[in-house]
Amino acid sequence: MDIPYTVEVRRDTGLTNGKIGIWLFLASEVMLFGALFASYILIRVGAPSWPRGDTILNVPLATFNTIVLILSSVTMVMAWASLMRRRFGTYRIYMGATILLGFVFLVVKYFEYSDKFGHHLYPSTNNFLAIYFTLTGLHMLHVAGGMAVNAYFWGPGAKLWKTNPEWFTNRVEHSGLFWHFVDLVWIFLFPTLYLL
Amino acid sequence: MSSISNTASDHAAEIDRHVRIYITVFVALMVLTIVTVAISYLHLSVPVAVTVALLVATVKGSLVACYFMHLISEKKLIYAVLALTAAFFVALLALPIFTHSNGFWIPEPPSPNPTEVQSAPAASPHR
Repeated sequence: MDIPYTVEVRRDTGLTNGKIGIWLFLASEVMLFGALFASYILIRVGAPSWPRGDTILNVPLATFNTIVLILSSVTMVMAWASLMRRRFGTYRIYMGATILLGFVFLVVKYFEYSDKFGHHLYPSTNNFLAIYFTLTGLHMLHVAGGMAVNAYFWGPGAKLWKTNPEWFTNRVEHSGLFWHFVDLVWIFLFPTLYLL
Repeated sequence: MSSISNTASDHAAEIDRHVRIYITVFVALMVLTIVTVAISYLHLSVPVAVTVALLVATVKGSLVACYFMHLISEKKLIYAVLALTAAFFVALLALPIFTHSNGFWIPEPPSPNPTEVQSAPAASPHR
């Protein structure tokens, strides 16, 4: 049985089911990260003293990662725009660049984490590092998850383009919405953890 | 956003317009990232630094949501879902403020009476 409303919009909502689905999922993600941000505020407000992030964390590396993630958002939206213009080859280049930039982000985080562990700084060391590792760790899982979905649409999932290009374009758009959300979360994590 | 336009040339022109917007937003996000880092070197007081940093982050986040996520031209149902999410999100962030000992809802716990503290072990010696 075919999945309904993947290309044509529902008359009552004016949207495809996939679009509603991804936005409802993102709404749940907002609450997930919201709970952790609320925990951060509670712990920080209740602490007798709180270190500035830049005294412990590597700001230049995090700034570089911010640029990488913003750039990956641009390549992601360009991948979708390429499909809208029926340029599959260009789509593959932009989607490949998005996956690569996600990989660069994770490699930089690996070096950041390694440096912390090398200096015996663990989540159990203090409340600041506990919330830092929790928030950035969860964010990294989201980057990895988004990369897996994007890799599927770059590789085996791209077969759909030949049989149903509109549906494939919508799928890439939904995958992009998740990727932009991951970028959006980092935009708030960066100043909150590293600069304040 | 995913609907296909009537004519190929109109459609291509529309996508080109979108691409120009994406590039402009990218430049704006880069500038705002530099601003975010530059502000941190000013060593402002914590309340001012938090306000400015979150203000810049909100502008950056809005640009991503409005243009990359196409929220600027979405359907009403998506706005309704996000409005509900925003309300719960604000309530969630407000909880720490209200539950803090100096907050509005939970009163400051009474300071322990030194006499009672001293007499407590005598009242329950086996505890």
